[in-house]
Amino acid sequence: MNAQANLIALGTIARREVMRILRIWSQTLLPPAITMTLYFIIFGSLIGSRIGEMAPGISYIEYIAPGLIMMAVIQNAYGNITSSFFGAKFQRFIEEMLVSPMPSWTILAGYVTGAVLRGFMVGVIVLLISLFFTKIHLYHPLVTLSTFLLAAVIFALLGFVNSIYARKFDDIAIIPTFVLTPLTYLGGVFYNVAQLPSPWKEISHLNPILYMVNTFRYGLLGVSDIDLTWAYVVMLAFVVVLAAYCLSLLHRGVGLRT
Amino acid sequence: MSNTLSPVPALQVADLRKTYATGVEALKGISLTVQAGDFYALLGPNGAGKSTLIGIISSLVNPSEGDVRVFGHSVRTERGLAMQQIGLVPQEINFNLFETPLDICVNQAGFYGIERKTALVRAEKYLKELALWDKAHAVTRTLSGGMKRRLMIARAMMNEPKLLILDEPTAGVDIEIRRSMWKFIEGINAAGTTVILTTHYLEEAEQLCRNITIIDHGRVIENTSMKNLLSKLDVETFVFDLAHPIDGLPTVDEVKLTRIDSHTIEAEMSRAHDLNSVFAALSAHSITVNSMRNKANRLEELFVRLVEGRMSDNGNTNKEAA
Repeated sequence: MNAQANLIALGTIARREVMRILRIWSQTLLPPAITMTLYFIIFGSLIGSRIGEMAPGISYIEYIAPGLIMMAVIQNAYGNITSSFFGAKFQRFIEEMLVSPMPSWTILAGYVTGAVLRGFMVGVIVLLISLFFTKIHLYHPLVTLSTFLLAAVIFALLGFVNSIYARKFDDIAIIPTFVLTPLTYLGGVFYNVAQLPSPWKEISHLNPILYMVNTFRYGLLGVSDIDLTWAYVVMLAFVVVLAAYCLSLLHRGVGLRT
Repeated sequence: MSNTLSPVPALQVADLRKTYATGVEALKGISLTVQAGDFYALLGPNGAGKSTLIGIISSLVNPSEGDVRVFGHSVRTERGLAMQQIGLVPQEINFNLFETPLDICVNQAGFYGIERKTALVRAEKYLKELALWDKAHAVTRTLSGGMKRRLMIARAMMNEPKLLILDEPTAGVDIEIRRSMWKFIEGINAAGTTVILTTHYLEEAEQLCRNITIIDHGRVIENTSMKNLLSKLDVETFVFDLAHPIDGLPTVDEVKLTRIDSHTIEAEMSRAHDLNSVFAALSAHSITVNSMRNKANRLEELFVRLVEGRMSDNGNTNKEAA
């Protein structure tokens, strides 16, 4: 397939993903809106008002807003690809793509694009909700956008690996419940990791979500608990390694071709 | 669309072997060639290896050894070019049951890099030809079994393949719809597309296909033209429906008469033998024949003999293939 044909194929997968997201909006877009509203009410307004400032001029609700947006992006990028790709595998309509001349990278890029778009939709919804509770400054738009993209891509790729190996629906529920949620809560969404005692402070730096949350927070508020350059290095390394691994799995047909 | 004069075979399968991780040896060195423009039957009992073979041709299954070439392109080394030539109608329903037929067809074209504008025109054409246009915007899970089967054919046609592979396309479909599907597929073949058909309705294969391969236990046991194969059948069985009940049977030289029930008898005889002696014997015993028919589909009879012959040769010990 030439470049134009590949682009059409990639666009077809992305379009199909968006149609799926919109078709089942009550499962894809509504739940994060409700959950995040509750977070803002409980942690932001009710508890946050008693905590005080997290940094000079930055209230607790302002401090957690970027983390909550990033949390929604991460969970939805991951969830989109696992439910969609595993669903296609389970119902066997993944074969529509496997028998086509599409190269592996187009399939991967199509699904990752779909996941990033859902992350973007949910991110915008949560951002709009946050505006009801606090003010958001766009301190550094490029950092905000690049962090959103890198985080969404990383978790889309992780979701892809999960759905490749999954054999039943339980297998795609285990990682979000037992790995993703704990890492998100421990990734500095609700607190400053610098305040943690040793060794928890050092252990927290092994959590990739910490880098995403803090870089995103820097993009919106101009404050970060970690070094920005190091955060980009970590995120880019994850993207490269995971993309290479996903392509290798697709190329070998792991979980797809017998 | 393909051209029937193409010097390159539509399909070349060379010493293809497949052993699954479970240890099941599904294909044990299959070789066959399908010429461009042919209407080709691929038959075999359940577990013979047909689906594995089709899986390898369509790149859904990785071969253990050997190669497949589609219009000269190796599935192993030129997968993209090989797949560009193929349209696959699988045995199991494998589309998204929450999408519409129109979306399914247009998306399929998109996976082949076909522009949406062209895809919409083709989708309308094939959905109309397969009498599905009025369901173009219906959710596919609401379609009947026959409609779902036809949708898979329409979807396989979206890239206008040079080689169309149909894996039991008419399974569970009523005779009226089956005949309309045959007509459509015959038209596609007449327009130049090479067709490979697997079916359990042997009457279907006999009527439609010009060449045939029968595989069993992962090996080719017959590979010839339909005409040649049918000419091997030297025995025919006729069924006589009788006007009155009978108790005994007359004896006729070189004819095996069997009483099925009080009103039905069967006569098995060489194809060279005439029926006059049978009628004469029946008349002599005051047996009146109301009607007569050929008992079985000829290909079915041959198929059973070939496969049964192999089963007794092998002692039926091979594992069932996936």
